[in-house]
Amino acid sequence: MTDIAVTPRRESALGAALRHARYVVGENPVTGFAVALFVLIVLAAAFGPHLVPYDPLQSDTSEALKAPSLHHLFGTDQLGRDVFSRVIVATRLDFFIAVASVALVFVMGGFAGVAAGFFGGWTDRIVGRIADTIMAFPLFVLAMGIVAALGNTVQNIVIATAIVNFPLYARIARAEANVRRESGFVEAARLSGNSDWRIVAFQILPNVFPILVVQMSLTMGYAILNAAGLSFIGLGVRPPTPEWGIMVAEGAQFIVSGEWWNAFFPGAALMVAVFCFNLLGDGLRDMVDPRRRT
Amino acid sequence: MTAALAVEGLSVQFRTRSGVVHALDNVSFSVARGETVALVGESGSGKSVTAYAVMGILDPAGRVTAGRAMFGDIDLLAATPKALAEVRGRRIAMIFQNPRTALNPIRPVGRQIADVLIRHGGVSRRAAPEHAVEMLRAVGITDPARRAKAYPFEMSGGMCQRVMIAIALAAKPSLLIADEPTTGLDVTTQAVIMDLVGDLAKELGMATIFITHDLALAGQRSARIVVMHAGHVVENAPTKELFANPRHPYTAELIAATPDSAQSLDALAAIPGSLPDLRRADLPPCRYSERCPRKIAACAQPLPAAAPGADHIVACWNPLPDRALPVAYPQTVSAA
Amino acid sequence: MLTMIAKRLGMAIPSLIGVVVVTFLLTRALPGDPAVYFAGPAATPQAIQEVRVKLGLDQPLIKQFGRYVVDLAHGNLGTSLTTGQPVTSEIANRLPASAELTLLGLIVSIVIAVPLGILAATRPNSLLDHACRIVSTLGVSLPVFFTGLILVYVFYYLLGWAPAPLGRLDVFYTEPPHVTGFYLIDSLIAGDLPTFAASFKQMILPALTLGIFSLAPIARMTRASMLAVLSSDFVRTARASGLSSYTVVVTYAFRNAMLPVITTLGMVFSFLLGANVLVEKVFAWPGIGSYAVEALLASDFAPVQGFVLTMAVLYVMLNLVIDVLYGLIDPRVRLEA
Repeated sequence: MTDIAVTPRRESALGAALRHARYVVGENPVTGFAVALFVLIVLAAAFGPHLVPYDPLQSDTSEALKAPSLHHLFGTDQLGRDVFSRVIVATRLDFFIAVASVALVFVMGGFAGVAAGFFGGWTDRIVGRIADTIMAFPLFVLAMGIVAALGNTVQNIVIATAIVNFPLYARIARAEANVRRESGFVEAARLSGNSDWRIVAFQILPNVFPILVVQMSLTMGYAILNAAGLSFIGLGVRPPTPEWGIMVAEGAQFIVSGEWWNAFFPGAALMVAVFCFNLLGDGLRDMVDPRRRT
Repeated sequence: MTAALAVEGLSVQFRTRSGVVHALDNVSFSVARGETVALVGESGSGKSVTAYAVMGILDPAGRVTAGRAMFGDIDLLAATPKALAEVRGRRIAMIFQNPRTALNPIRPVGRQIADVLIRHGGVSRRAAPEHAVEMLRAVGITDPARRAKAYPFEMSGGMCQRVMIAIALAAKPSLLIADEPTTGLDVTTQAVIMDLVGDLAKELGMATIFITHDLALAGQRSARIVVMHAGHVVENAPTKELFANPRHPYTAELIAATPDSAQSLDALAAIPGSLPDLRRADLPPCRYSERCPRKIAACAQPLPAAAPGADHIVACWNPLPDRALPVAYPQTVSAA
Repeated sequence: MLTMIAKRLGMAIPSLIGVVVVTFLLTRALPGDPAVYFAGPAATPQAIQEVRVKLGLDQPLIKQFGRYVVDLAHGNLGTSLTTGQPVTSEIANRLPASAELTLLGLIVSIVIAVPLGILAATRPNSLLDHACRIVSTLGVSLPVFFTGLILVYVFYYLLGWAPAPLGRLDVFYTEPPHVTGFYLIDSLIAGDLPTFAASFKQMILPALTLGIFSLAPIARMTRASMLAVLSSDFVRTARASGLSSYTVVVTYAFRNAMLPVITTLGMVFSFLLGANVLVEKVFAWPGIGSYAVEALLASDFAPVQGFVLTMAVLYVMLNLVIDVLYGLIDPRVRLEA
């Protein structure tokens, strides 16, 4: 009879997590900085559109291509729109794309990977085949192909990003599910009559979540870069919607004539956001599995 | 008779994320020329750290905070890199446990031996491969010419250990440190390897420091045993004397827990208590006192210094009675 | 050794099959009706239908796929609607431009990243170590097209050191006679040093952009791998045997540490093949990336199909080369099979 370790996890889990988080942040101020930055980005995404000084869509050609000044902190673009307002408003869209992609790939990849690890056999083989096929493509090229095939919409960018990241999540989830397949709480769930699918969804997947959370933070950064890249070549969001990638694309043509602010500020915003997510991911990794620290 | 190696007052600390680990404290012992000395203790007693400190291969987080390691005229712990380069691998050599992982996995074993020959043995690049094959033969590997081209993963544990011995002995050192060389090998191979080391040591007039957790094995193979506990030397005596007349309570427990030579310490019933946490700032002067049944008030004092030139050293305020002396005299202070 | 290569080739085949199927499905799903394009703006519905039949677009998907595979076997990737040229030849013409750029970028990246990673690992917590870690984290966060634009702004606009980002060669020069398609090599073969210099100048900024982009993962992996290897048992043995620092760090540690770095190169190639497209847009580079983007925006599906297929096949082949390279260095992979 196997020992079923009954740990009273639920009530102290959150407390323990917060304590550990405080320790890691205290140990490494860079992680604290990343968390602060993350909060800033979320605030900009949530409240930005209400607080910006100008309407991001309002063009005023008399003010076109003015350098940064007190009136226009980030200058104006070729249609006279305020770059600062557009950059802030774009935060919401880019952040949404990042979060949606990551949520989708967690559900898709996590579920498929857990199922593959838990059931083995044909499920494992099929998921493996799908993952291998996706990985045979250079990822950005595949994303280009998917968005081109399905159409230039935000949903399709999210779907393309999720598909492209699917193999990685499936692989991690599968490994974790394999380990947990025979563990005590799974046995207990089975004995109390839960069907296999319920076990997968409600027992295993939540346990796999912490390990995937590190990857999810990194993927958020990648998702934004991906969306920006697609928009840059005209395959993403369509003008006049403010989105960082497309703003850089529009501003690119003016670099050679010296109007740098058009492309610089959205690009810098991109960099800051991705940098924040990467640092956050590193910090989370320190929290979850300090052995893998680089 | 000058010693081959004399370690005096060695103290080592490690900086870790969870604090400073006081790994070694005031460790002293010496090895005479041609003598085999065993360093015995549980895992975590500091025996390997002592060897690493002497060889200068401590982990970057480790620091020698006090002490000397006199090898002839040179203090190994204070020597310049140039002076050390003359000594390390050439006059002192070391072999390790887990021989397969201790060898470069992607380099043929013959070349690994040749590397040392070229570096220390004054052998030319052209002649080295041949000499390497000879070394393999000397350590008892059959078909050495073919084996020289093999990789460690293609060889058994015993063969890998022979290769390591060949690497260590290539420059004919005067001192060999063997860190648990037989752990992980099956019993027959253990005996064969120990015989090989013993024979080669005799042939070269080489002193050996044999690090092990197996007191019985130490008893079979060494002339003198140094018992370590939690970074301290607790007892140091010739082998026969140690087994006949153990004076430190810890040594007595070790011997009592070793009924016959086929069993190793770690597999047997535990000695009461556990190793103290070496990160504590408040470690008592005697690190065994907290688990010692013979603890007295005096044990809070710093340990007594060893009488110079003593043959049987005990670091204890309340050692077991000396069986060499008549029973009438009560013993409370250690004497040789 | 040969059996290992054959085995790897065998494992690559299902991947290639998957690639072909996915590419076919993707491009059949592209919006826009090629028949309408082909037939022309003045065509009647019947004419469009005729064209559709001619193109085989009225057949069930399976049959279309069959025809597609047969065409592929003959090296026929279809014809571009916008240029009227066979896609195969257009890709063949434009591939060297992309390849030359990517290779130069990769070389720049390796030459900087690997020594940086090694030095950072051998001097932990030094200034160099911290610099390496900052470079790695930043490098991964920079969008590649942004880097390119900044470089153009600083080195072309502000400093005037670099030429205008207008493609492979300035208008005043003609391309060297075609041997490999690599301007740098071809101009050297023709002994044409001014053209060599000119093409090199045009290539510096885009290659640097790609280099900066791939610097981060390579430096990061080199550092991590070296750190792990430097604390391994066999390096300890090498040190205890008194081998020289050079032997320990380079011959013993680095050769072992290289293995995960080579594996990382596979991932780096995946990123590079994608980043290529973006860099080619910034610098107006006439490679296959820009070819595909132009075709995509015009719903010209044959070039897009050809592009995705070429890239995927290239990627599979590159991974094969990496596997073989790995096997050359690590005898365990070679001999244990």
